[in-house]
Amino acid sequence: MLDNTLTTREEIRDLGLRTEEMVLNMGPQHPSTHGVLRLELVLEGEIIRKVIPHIGYLHRCFEKHAENESYTQVIPYTDRLDYLASINNNHGYALGIERLMGIEVPERVEFIRVIMAELQRIASHLVAIGTYGMDIGAFTPFLYCFRDREHILDVFEKTCGARLLYNYIWIGGVSHDVYPDFVKDVADIVKILRPTIKELNDLLNYNKIFIDRTANIGILPADVAINFGCTGPMLRGSGVDFDLRRDDPYSIYDRFEWEVQVGKGEMGTVGDCWDRHMVRVWEMEESCKIIEQALESFPEGDVQSAIPRRVRPPKGEIYVRVENPRGELGYYIISDGTGTPFRVKGRAPGFSNLSVINEISKGYMVADVVAILGSIDIVLGEIDR
Amino acid sequence: MEQFIHDLIGNDLLATIVWCVLPLVFILGYAIVAILAEMKSASWFQDRLGPMRTGPWGIFQPFADVLKLLMKEDIVPARADKILFNLAPVIVFVGAYAAFAVLPFASEYVGADLNLGLFYLIAVSSFGVLGIIMGGWASNNKYSLLGAMRSAAQIVSYEVPSATALLIVAMMVGSLNLQDIITAQSGGFWNWFILGGPKSDVVLASGAVIHADIGNFVFLPLLLATFVIYYLSALAETNRTPFDIPEGESELVGGYHTEYSGMKFGMFFMAEYANMFLVSAVAAVVFFGGWQSPWGITLGEALDIPVLTLLEGVFWTAAKGFFFVFVMMWLRWTLPRLRVDQLMYMCWKVLIPASFALALVVGFIVVIR
Repeated sequence: MLDNTLTTREEIRDLGLRTEEMVLNMGPQHPSTHGVLRLELVLEGEIIRKVIPHIGYLHRCFEKHAENESYTQVIPYTDRLDYLASINNNHGYALGIERLMGIEVPERVEFIRVIMAELQRIASHLVAIGTYGMDIGAFTPFLYCFRDREHILDVFEKTCGARLLYNYIWIGGVSHDVYPDFVKDVADIVKILRPTIKELNDLLNYNKIFIDRTANIGILPADVAINFGCTGPMLRGSGVDFDLRRDDPYSIYDRFEWEVQVGKGEMGTVGDCWDRHMVRVWEMEESCKIIEQALESFPEGDVQSAIPRRVRPPKGEIYVRVENPRGELGYYIISDGTGTPFRVKGRAPGFSNLSVINEISKGYMVADVVAILGSIDIVLGEIDR
Repeated sequence: MEQFIHDLIGNDLLATIVWCVLPLVFILGYAIVAILAEMKSASWFQDRLGPMRTGPWGIFQPFADVLKLLMKEDIVPARADKILFNLAPVIVFVGAYAAFAVLPFASEYVGADLNLGLFYLIAVSSFGVLGIIMGGWASNNKYSLLGAMRSAAQIVSYEVPSATALLIVAMMVGSLNLQDIITAQSGGFWNWFILGGPKSDVVLASGAVIHADIGNFVFLPLLLATFVIYYLSALAETNRTPFDIPEGESELVGGYHTEYSGMKFGMFFMAEYANMFLVSAVAAVVFFGGWQSPWGITLGEALDIPVLTLLEGVFWTAAKGFFFVFVMMWLRWTLPRLRVDQLMYMCWKVLIPASFALALVVGFIVVIR
């Protein structure tokens, strides 16, 4: 409906008008910065010339803390990185230590981990989708998303007692075995989710106004995405077919049938906000598929048999990466053979994804920055660490 | 009605004051109901309960909210322009309130039966934008200023299609008097302008006669389109979703009222609700027969009880107005928000040409027949 070519300063000057750049400070207290992010916007009228993100308001010294705690005590800190996807964070860290120590985890644990990680992915995407709708001005889808996220959190609560920061996946196992009705409850969630996805499509994703606001906005070409190290829905939205669950399989993801969803530029250009948003919507369906298959062959067994008495990995180092809802979450762990890690470096997907914002916001309007920032789906907990 | 109050009170001055304050009482009462309705309807749309703690079923929530606003500290930003900052909410509210003067609630109850009623209404309701700019400027806040600028651009732009849409009906009636416009639609819902206007001759209070016949059905599609244009413009003029860009919470925090707190914010809020009812009531008056009952006759007339007729008129005005207010809430909790340039595109490239074309066609038909 609209072309997004905007008048440049030179064109305005040619009309004999004097213009001045204005610096607008967005955040850290601002409803659309999803936490405590500060964006410095250099504006010309309403047109963006530059976006400078200032981070660090939520810095909690994760990496330094990790050097002073035992290996198991680091797990609760990983919860607090990406606090909307705690289980995925636990998973990556536990995998790293297990690989360092050469621990084989029981079959049942792998299944529980995959189901929990996928449920967490859905919960995280539901928040992303809902808050994105709110950024665009639609309030109601947000509450529908939270209503369904509640079912997932209930399962987590019944399993391990926590609703946000679980400390659930331990090195070599999980903290609690699942409860008797677990399989039925999770199957019900999948049943509830499918109509919700349809409802979200009707109400939000294919709404004309929503498409006008997001299609052809914040276009991130594939080469730029790769150069900036963008991962997850951000990268797949740009049409790059890359998912660690398939391309660098960990746990038991290679056993399931599912597809990696990529942006196709259905409503505008490949890599626009709409594509990034829709990749998340489609991924929820893929996660449902994985969960269903995992539930079908859910094995019996002891979930804590492989948990080591003493966690003391041999001298060495490892880089382990897992597919977080937001992209590639990496841990670089160095062990010096003692009970505490020598170094734990977190590679947060949100950090790389956010760094591209200046690149993709230039020339759009203030309202578009909100749309672009929302489509990046940042969680400041992992960016600042 | 005015005479009735004079007789009741006896004192002329006092009676005039009471007469002037009556719409305010109505607005306050309406605002209380509308706030609760908004909260409750929003919660039902969103699959939740809404306020349940204050009183049975949460019905005292609006009172609690108003009380909270009254008791809040009244903060004026340190480097704000104090005079303009304090004046702005008053002006916004006066703009909304003054327009109620010409709004006919019943055949006997209209504040001022002006011959230029419709003109006055369009003129006065755009008064509020002054207050919005004042508030945005005086707050000394970039977000407020951006919001105020957007608001000014938006309201001024959407005045054009909304006024044109109202003029189309005025052309058919041949009068700008709101009572005349309602009288022209008497006799049942098939005579309402939304369905093409009167189907038989109507004599106005001034003695003028509108010649009409069943052929007026040709206006049906035209006036339906006119109504859609009017209602969309009205949404934009009252800053409601999907056109709530001036106060777009996600980008401008609160827009022009970011820096306002306490009852000053309450004034902006009340003005918004008053404006919502105003544009809805105008839609009811111009397109849906105002205080006329849908089936033409009223119980009061049938039983010959004038007070009942009056009350029925008020009921129908309020009911029709509330219906459109509800539609506004419905849209608000369903739709996302447009971007500011898309909003302008919609106004200047869609609604204004369409309204002009409609005015041309309707005017042509009115002249030749």
